[in-house]
Amino acid sequence: MSYTINHLSELEAEAIFVMREVAAQFEKPAILFSGGKDSILLTHLAKKAFFPAKIPFPLVHIDTGHNFTETIEFRDYLVKTLDAKLIVGSVQEAIDKGLAIEEKGANASRNVAQIPALLKAIEDHQFDALMGGARRDEEKARAKERFFSHRDEFGQWDPKNQRPELWNIFNGKKHFGEHFRVFPISNWTELDVWQYIAKENIELPKTYYSHVRPCVERNGTILAVTEHVQPREGEEVKDMRIRFRTMGDATITGAYKSDADTIEKIIQEVAAARETERGNRADDKRSETAMEDRKKEGYF
Amino acid sequence: MSKQEEIFNAESYEKMELLRFTTAGSVDDGKSTLIGRLLYDSKSIFEDQMEAVKTSSERRGDENINLALVTDGLKSEREQGITIDVAYRYFSTPKRKFIIADTPGHIQYTRNMVTGASTANLAIILVDARHGVVEQTKRHSLIASLLGIPHVVICINKMDLVDWSEESFNQIKNDYKQFASKLNVKDVNFIPISALLGDNVVNESENMNWYKGSTLMYHLENVHIANDHNHIDSRFPVQTVIRPHSDEYHDYRGYAGRVAGGIFKKGDDITVLPSGFTSKIKEVETAGTPLEEAYSPMSITMTLEDNIDVSRGDMIVRTGNMPEISQDIDAMVCWMDEKNPIRINGKYTLIHTSRNCRCIIKEVVYKMDVNNLHKLEDDKEIRLNDIGRIRLRTTQPIFFDAYNRNRITGSFILVDEASNVTVGACMIRS
Repeated sequence: MSYTINHLSELEAEAIFVMREVAAQFEKPAILFSGGKDSILLTHLAKKAFFPAKIPFPLVHIDTGHNFTETIEFRDYLVKTLDAKLIVGSVQEAIDKGLAIEEKGANASRNVAQIPALLKAIEDHQFDALMGGARRDEEKARAKERFFSHRDEFGQWDPKNQRPELWNIFNGKKHFGEHFRVFPISNWTELDVWQYIAKENIELPKTYYSHVRPCVERNGTILAVTEHVQPREGEEVKDMRIRFRTMGDATITGAYKSDADTIEKIIQEVAAARETERGNRADDKRSETAMEDRKKEGYF
Repeated sequence: MSKQEEIFNAESYEKMELLRFTTAGSVDDGKSTLIGRLLYDSKSIFEDQMEAVKTSSERRGDENINLALVTDGLKSEREQGITIDVAYRYFSTPKRKFIIADTPGHIQYTRNMVTGASTANLAIILVDARHGVVEQTKRHSLIASLLGIPHVVICINKMDLVDWSEESFNQIKNDYKQFASKLNVKDVNFIPISALLGDNVVNESENMNWYKGSTLMYHLENVHIANDHNHIDSRFPVQTVIRPHSDEYHDYRGYAGRVAGGIFKKGDDITVLPSGFTSKIKEVETAGTPLEEAYSPMSITMTLEDNIDVSRGDMIVRTGNMPEISQDIDAMVCWMDEKNPIRINGKYTLIHTSRNCRCIIKEVVYKMDVNNLHKLEDDKEIRLNDIGRIRLRTTQPIFFDAYNRNRITGSFILVDEASNVTVGACMIRS
């Protein structure tokens, strides 16, 4: 008898361990819920970690107002199924109150404007730990992120002054007003996530699967035409068979032409992919260190 | 078909194991080239990443595509062209998924190397074939030994620059063995490679027919890691207690945690520490599904036959196989505080498994010269990146095994009580 477990079970065990540490070490922890597959995965892991009890974390959604309708519908459905509490932080409200500034110009997005809305939600509800679905394989600044990532009283990340993280010992000690961002699936890759979703039969919004919808091509990226993305002069609206690899704002999330309408086909597609999943995210393409710069300010 | 496609098509991923390895190295020793080669030859570098690296290389004026840029993430690292922090990289082959903890090799980054080494199954140590065993080789080997990394691979790199000479390889191998006899490394392998040209990294070398061993990739895929965890001494630190308070599970009390050693199964006689209460295991489960057996590194929930008081910080063990229980601890420490050296008679918070307590540093026994393993008994000031042996006393007993027997129950960290920063990584001596 060989006492080993496979890589998915080991990643699951690690994520569950981290979530239980969060529940034990913090007073007011929450899950940052974006509506994307990684945060849906977090809720699934939380359910397994605390079964048969309910998940001991509310879901916090920072709503840019630029979401896909499917994302919001799925969010509400999931919250009901989990019998969890949902807290919504509104970017529109932050803009109205002058906490955030609406970007202007052709490629404006509300990505950066999420930061003040998030920090306000943290202050209003006095969260001391926020779990997110960020993974180290996504982006180069995230490759250096800890499981337990310390934030000062301004919500800032200081990449040069991170706490060393040894073995499976997580130091969540902090001063009043500081908080932690915690990333239980740090060590998962995109392929691991999909394999696990298949293994556990996790339900996802339909937008992850191949479907036909009206789209435009803009700067080499396919965008779905929605209330927030309207065709500009010279752009032709075409029905395309597409799917999304990540779900961000409708204004910045590029779609991929795909026939993958089942999870098995998606896994095959991901395994053969030659671009990272964030390769089509306009928010990361702004500069070489776009993610690091936003993270320092308090981004996810 | 690409390697990545095979991973799925072979339907082997149900059997894929996870191997964590660490690489330490400094500028010019070919570490980044080696990682670049492993990622590139296993088709783990995506086109947009490659595109970004190409653009940066051109901007920096590099002649060739600089594979080091694949592994350097932070702005200051890119500016200075060095790795400062631990960066984690991922790749898989049809057999295994790999996590690389890529750390800088200079002495001022010892703490980063220690961090990367703490969770590794295997360490790759690069030796430049032209220079042989040098100070840095010794330092990295000491860290691997101290942190109990079960497998070490000495990659003798740049073989192309010594005319693929078997004699050079054997000389270095012998020098290393002589030095390593003082260390506690169980499994050491030597592989002659050229990371730049790819010899013996993923593909077998055509230039070194005299070498009959495996390539680095073959070794990474096949090294036996099933015994890296302790499956003898049953240890279960309780993380949290699950009490649903629902009608259906009215009296349910589940003890949640990650198995730190040994095997637990239904019906086992257990003892709870520190109370000493005994009971039997009623069920071992994950999310309500009963498990036949649970072992490290599984996260599980355990229920007991008797309703006894158990809470976070307690440890459930098999009756008849007790850990050591003591307030006086003898340990090796790697110091990580940028501001202050370790304070004799200073008080720190100690975090060991799921248990926290305070402790006082009683004595620094010696400091170690990490370059030659000498014990410095005259210089006992342990500063940032120093390694030494200390004795301390805790406010409450902790339940532990020697680090060389169990890396989970044998390790703890020290936290500065004012700043809350992790300042010491400690390994308990037997």
